[in-house]
Amino acid sequence: MARIFAYIAHKDGVASDAAFELAAVARKIDPAAAPTAILTGWGPNLDAACKNLGASYAETWKIANEVLSYPNAELVRKALQKVLPSNSIVLVAHEHFGIDLAPGLSVKMGSAFVSDVLDIAGVEGTGIKLVRQEFGGQVSAHVQCDVSSGAVFTIRPGAFRATESTAGRSLVVDKSGEVGSLAAGRRYLETVVAEAGDVDITKYNVLVSIGRGIQEKDNVAIALELADAMGAAVSCSRPVVDAKWMEKSRQVGSSGKTVKPKVYLACGISGAFQHLAGIKGNPFLIAINKNPKAPIFQVADVGIVDDILEFLPELTNKVREMRSTPAK
Amino acid sequence: MEIVVCAKRVPDTSENEIELNTAGNEIERGELVYTINEPDNYAVEEALQIVAKIGGSVTVATIGGEDDEEVLRREMAMGANHGVLITDERFSGSDGRGIATILKAFIQKGRYDLILTGVQAEAGGAQIGGMLAALLDYPFASLVNSIEVLDGRRLKISREIEGGNKEMNEIDLPCVLSIQTGINEPRYVGMRGIRQVASVPIQTFSAVDLGIGAGTAGAAAAKVKRVDYFVPSLGKGAEILHGSREEIIDKVLELVTAKGGLK
Repeated sequence: MARIFAYIAHKDGVASDAAFELAAVARKIDPAAAPTAILTGWGPNLDAACKNLGASYAETWKIANEVLSYPNAELVRKALQKVLPSNSIVLVAHEHFGIDLAPGLSVKMGSAFVSDVLDIAGVEGTGIKLVRQEFGGQVSAHVQCDVSSGAVFTIRPGAFRATESTAGRSLVVDKSGEVGSLAAGRRYLETVVAEAGDVDITKYNVLVSIGRGIQEKDNVAIALELADAMGAAVSCSRPVVDAKWMEKSRQVGSSGKTVKPKVYLACGISGAFQHLAGIKGNPFLIAINKNPKAPIFQVADVGIVDDILEFLPELTNKVREMRSTPAK
Repeated sequence: MEIVVCAKRVPDTSENEIELNTAGNEIERGELVYTINEPDNYAVEEALQIVAKIGGSVTVATIGGEDDEEVLRREMAMGANHGVLITDERFSGSDGRGIATILKAFIQKGRYDLILTGVQAEAGGAQIGGMLAALLDYPFASLVNSIEVLDGRRLKISREIEGGNKEMNEIDLPCVLSIQTGINEPRYVGMRGIRQVASVPIQTFSAVDLGIGAGTAGAAAAKVKRVDYFVPSLGKGAEILHGSREEIIDKVLELVTAKGGLK
């Protein structure tokens, strides 16, 4: 099997949690693998991040270059092209940076590309069978990939159990000298932090969260009434924000807020992984969806197959009745 | 600005339940309702808005067969100037790299300043834009959720990153951008609008027209092949509540109260 590399993102001197998940992927592809981590960046933060990988990787390749202070995918790609041996297997986390970097890297390496990998189903010679999802998680698929001229895989965050080995140390190898000067047609300017909204959905114990199933802007009131009756807040999934029915600050997910309520009512939400990534702390998850095949039912504690536009108003009435009656 | 948008016709997941066929190796496609891939529609709208401001033209291109023409007509009804169907039996079975290779050959037939794709389609690959940019040696940005034209040579764009934050970048033209949903509000297209463009000619390109041999696209060139579809058994799944709506509501309230959600 080819040599396996993992590109590791880092922030404030700490390697991303994905580092340990990517190490697990490498070992699932090849139990005898001695995978190599690659980190790019500049200054003491890079040095610190290179040192906290423990023994999860046999080696850690460090590429220090001032222009890599902020991870610009085009510059990182050019740096990786200089140091990666041909026919390598390269693992990258499937998040906004990986989506920017990985497809182009596979083209430049002349290798195969599979994105958003959930599992490794088998390895035979230079063929790797991988598991992906399609149609927003409604079905899974096996994909056969010929890695004889290398491969780049992006790996879904959280899909593999991290194998963190804190004992020992990975050998840090400085590859900066092999990279030379780097230039790109895209230049990072700044990061604009999301505006705080009128309601802070991260502060509530109960969230009534709505998705595409709410169907139109006027129906948002149905969810607001239920939330009001319960003392909860209304949050939402991406399509509701895309349609401008609610503010971005109400969105739960990898490109929105991370919430930790006690109870999460997913109403007309299909359950795309980007949405689920924003729900932490293992809340009691109740899903209401008229599509019995909706992926949300795979992760919910309790499921109700019904139309939210009919179910929610009746639930609201019952909550109001209950709360106006003093407890016995 | 001369803009090309690469679009795809896909099953509309908001209208369909995706089910497997009896053999379990394909999805049941007979009854599916198809539409344009949602992010691609945002990309076309963005292209139209840029051209409305600074001039130029919008070309929408798709790879497929006769059925895929409806996507081109729909986007032409929105205002796209040209529709292009890239069609050849040899293209079937292409992997992402094959699709990007076909698009590259088409794009090199014209002179385009800006190439847009949707961020991903129904298979969730999120790969074509990045591959296409690398093949063309153009700069690339993914997950783009705003575009401002600075001058004839540069754009200021934002990318959607974690937590709803935006990463601002300047990017040189020509470039490839993959467009995220929500970047704009795509205009409505009615049946009447689609009828009005029904007889506008659609240009077609074949493998021969584009100089694409079996070694670079199609099944023979694909390093990545889907073997089958299956329904995963992820843990235990939800306990589905049965009974009348009233009974279910009582059960829900009992559970929510027990979990500390109602006091």
